[in-house]
Order: sequence, then C-alpha cells, then structure tokens
Amino acid sequence: MENMDSQIAEWRAYVAHAPALNGHDVDELEDHLRHQIAELNAAGLTDDEAFLVAVKRMGDMDTVSREFAREHSDRLWKQLLGPAEEALPVPSGWLEALLFAAAAAVVIELARLIAGFPGEHPTWFTRNLSLFVLPFLAAYFARKRQLEPRAWFVTAAPFVLAAVVINVYPYDADSDTEILVALHLPVVLGFVVAFPYMGGSLRSHQRRMDFVRFTGEWFIYYVLIALGGGVLMALTAGIFEPAGVDVDRVAQWVLPAGAAGGVIVAAWLVESKQRVVENMAPVLTMLFTPLFAFMLACAAVVYAVTELGGAFDRDLLSVFDALLVVVLALVLYAMSAREPTTAANWMDWIQLIAVASALLLDAMVLGSMIARIGDLGFTPNRTAALGLNLVLLVNLAGAAFLSVRFLTGRSTLHRLERWQTTYLPVFALWAAAVVVVLPPLFGFS
Amino acid sequence: MLAILSDGESYGYAILKRVRALSAGELEWSDGMLYPLLHRLGRLGYVTTEWRTPPEGRRRKYYVITDAGRAALAEHQRQWVAVTRALNDAWPGSGALLTALGEA
Repeated sequence: MENMDSQIAEWRAYVAHAPALNGHDVDELEDHLRHQIAELNAAGLTDDEAFLVAVKRMGDMDTVSREFAREHSDRLWKQLLGPAEEALPVPSGWLEALLFAAAAAVVIELARLIAGFPGEHPTWFTRNLSLFVLPFLAAYFARKRQLEPRAWFVTAAPFVLAAVVINVYPYDADSDTEILVALHLPVVLGFVVAFPYMGGSLRSHQRRMDFVRFTGEWFIYYVLIALGGGVLMALTAGIFEPAGVDVDRVAQWVLPAGAAGGVIVAAWLVESKQRVVENMAPVLTMLFTPLFAFMLACAAVVYAVTELGGAFDRDLLSVFDALLVVVLALVLYAMSAREPTTAANWMDWIQLIAVASALLLDAMVLGSMIARIGDLGFTPNRTAALGLNLVLLVNLAGAAFLSVRFLTGRSTLHRLERWQTTYLPVFALWAAAVVVVLPPLFGFS
Repeated sequence: MLAILSDGESYGYAILKRVRALSAGELEWSDGMLYPLLHRLGRLGYVTTEWRTPPEGRRRKYYVITDAGRAALAEHQRQWVAVTRALNDAWPGSGALLTALGEA
C-alpha cells in the first residue's frame, strides 16, 4: 500500500503541472483514481495492475487539461502551482515587442517633428495621437495570435476609417467637438485592439472577459512604467544639468518615444507575466472596493440631506462620469478574478453598496442636468457627458439588479458576467458615435 | 449527467459509474473528461458543489442539481422527445424507438 501511495503521489505531481488545474481539481481527480483502484483491487487485480488500468482509464491528461483550460481560462492568469514549478518561464518574444515599440516611438517622433511640438500645439497632432500608437499594438497582437490575412484586413479597416473620418472633418478653430474626438478616439481604437487580442473573433464571452483582465493589468503596468520613467528623467536632470547639458531638449525626445513605446511594452509584460504573478488589478479592487463603498454611501447621505442635488453644473457631471467609470472598473475587475462557482460572500454585498450609492448619487445629478439642458439647450460637451452618463447608468443598474438576484440566490454569477461581456460593445459604439456623429451634428463647433 | 444528478446529489466517481451502467458500456469516454464537463455545469449555474468529508475517509466534492439545472434538463428532454418523434415518423419500421424511450 505504501508503494501505491508513492505512485499516486507521483501521478498527482504530474497532473498538478497543468496550469488550468488547481489543487481542488487535483484532489478530485485523485479521489476518482483511488476509487477506481479500490474497485479493481476488489475485482482481484494486484496494486500495480489496478494503478495502471486506473491511470489509463483516466485518459490522456494533456487532453483533459486542455479541456480544463477551455473551461477555466481565468486560471491561466494566476499562478496556482505549487513549489514544484518555482522556476519562472523566461519571458519570450521580447525582441518582437521591442521592435513594435520602437516603430511606434519612431512614428510619434516623426509626427512630433512635423507638428513642431512642443513649440507649437497644432490640433491635428493631439487629435491623431492614438492613431500613431495603437495600430502598432493591434499589429503586435495580430502577429502574436497568428491571424489570417482576412483578419488582418478587418483589424486594419477601423484604423484607416478613423484616420479618414477625423481628418476630413472641417473642425472650427477652438472646436469643442475636436477635443471630444481626441478624448474618445483612444477608447474606440482600444476596443479595436480587442479584435486581434481575441484572436480574430469577438464572439467568445470568456475571451471578452480575458480582454477586460488585459486592460486592467495593462493600465497598472503602464502606470508603473511611467513612474519608473519619471524617476529616471528626474535623476538624469539632476546629474546632467550641472554638466551643462540642456536636459529639456533631451526630455523633448525621450518623453514621447517612451510614452508610445511603453504602450507596447506594457502589453508584452501583461502577456508574458500572465502566468507568473497574481494579477494586480483584482488585488487593488479588493483593497479599494470597501473604501469606495464607504465614501459613496456617505456622499449619498450628505447629498440627500443637504439637497445639493439642485445646484449641479457641467463640471460636476464630468466628475460623476469619472466616478461611474471607477465604480464600473471595481465591479468588472472584481468579477474578472472570481471563481465562478464560489457562493456569494461579504465582498459582493460591499460591492453592491458601492454600486447602489453611486446609482443614487448619479440619479440626483442626472435629474438636475436634464432640467438644465431644458433651460440651456444641448452643447457638444453636455451631450457627450450626458450620453456617457446614461451608458454607464444603464450598465450599473443592470449589474445592480442582477447582483441582487445573485445575492438572494435567484440567479447565477454567470448571468452577471454575461451582462457585462454583452454590454462591452455598447461602450465602443458610444465612443465611436462621439467621434463620428457628434461633430457633424453640432456643425464642427 | 443532469438526469443522473436529478436523482440526488452525487460525486465524480459515482456519476461516472452511473453513466457506464446506464449506457451498458456503450457511452464511454476517458474518466478525466468528466470533470471539465461537471465544472462547466457549475459555471452555468446548473449544479452547485460542496466539499464534504464522509466519516470513513477522504474529502470529496459533491455535486447537487439546482432549479436552473432542472429547468435545463426538462428543456433538453422536451427537445429529445421532439427529435425522436420526428425520426420515428421518418424511419418506417422503427416503431419500437418511442416505446423504448418510454415516451419520456
């Protein structure tokens, strides 16, 4: 029997190598194996024979673990392996990422030279900024996912279309719509990157959730890179200035190239570190959800008691747009890290408090905003702020409704996830509408 | 699998034995493949899971069918009956098909 235990332990160690299987799954499989062995033993087989037959019946573990991976793609994002696999995989593909990063840097420098930035600030430069960088990110993923030629065209088409649309529109001088385009175009193109990221198909809801995870991790890596770059620049200035080097001129070159290249490098880091460390976005979410819930609940009470609701202006609506975006991010990243089968816990309740308070606050703001638009009429900025607010409001209201049903046991987490992944295109469409429809609607003012 | 679980909660190995017995060995796939399938039912909310330690032995994961699971099962049964009826009419001389299914 001792021999049997060591054989089972070996088998277990082998099975545990598969990244999509966690400890519980291996426990479950081991339990199955032991059952099978016991039964075969009872039928008269020796220990060794029973072990061999049981392992054989379990089937090809590569196929099984692939099936697990398909079911639990979220787990590929975390390190769930024991000490057996301590050795970190060497991040591969760095050269490729570096080439794409360098290409983005070169393009942004060229555009900058043509624009005469930072001496001058031509608006076409700001408006097109994301078009100088994001095509390279899309191309990086298209190559990495080995897309078919047709999918390459589908990836490229929105970029070409966007480039044409935003550059043939005759914006007025100091145009509000032009600023709105500059703000919304990165969002639109960010969603375009989802297509190559998801391997040339937008249908899989699990892959959509993977893209959500990617954006969260990417953002964190980008901020870290920016911080590191900032420290490097400050030290460079401190060291070289006494030597008479004009650091400002150096920064003029380094900053845009770094900012553009960082986009690709951050994406590469997310891709290659995906299996190495616990994701950071969900950890930060865990940390901040209770704090935000507390702040929002207090704010809802204060606003309701003092009746501040009547005196909102447009700036406040923008603040609330930002607030709803943050709340949505908390909801999404918390969800992206959840084991789908775990039951509701206290974090879900706290999250619901945050969402409900945010909705209450927003309803107050929105009421006064609509009243003001009745008085003052629509402007591009007001329309954009209001539209974004509505898009977010509908999403969070749906999420709140479904999570109440989930928490009371009348619905499943799966439904809630579906709602979010189904809703994602709405954000893309709204941003696209602001870029394409809003400017002509307001006469490019 | 849902049909098996609708008879009462069960765990992996016992479910597999039922599958083997019910199909008289004709429906057989490698044992390991059972688990990703069970987990999928869990994600869709058709079953819930619970770890329990029976008095005599090892910790074991039990699967329990939910109301959503029963609803899905009923829907599948309805579809299968419809398919069987259609095939029954289309293939002359196989009148035993429906009888064998016991008009589910």
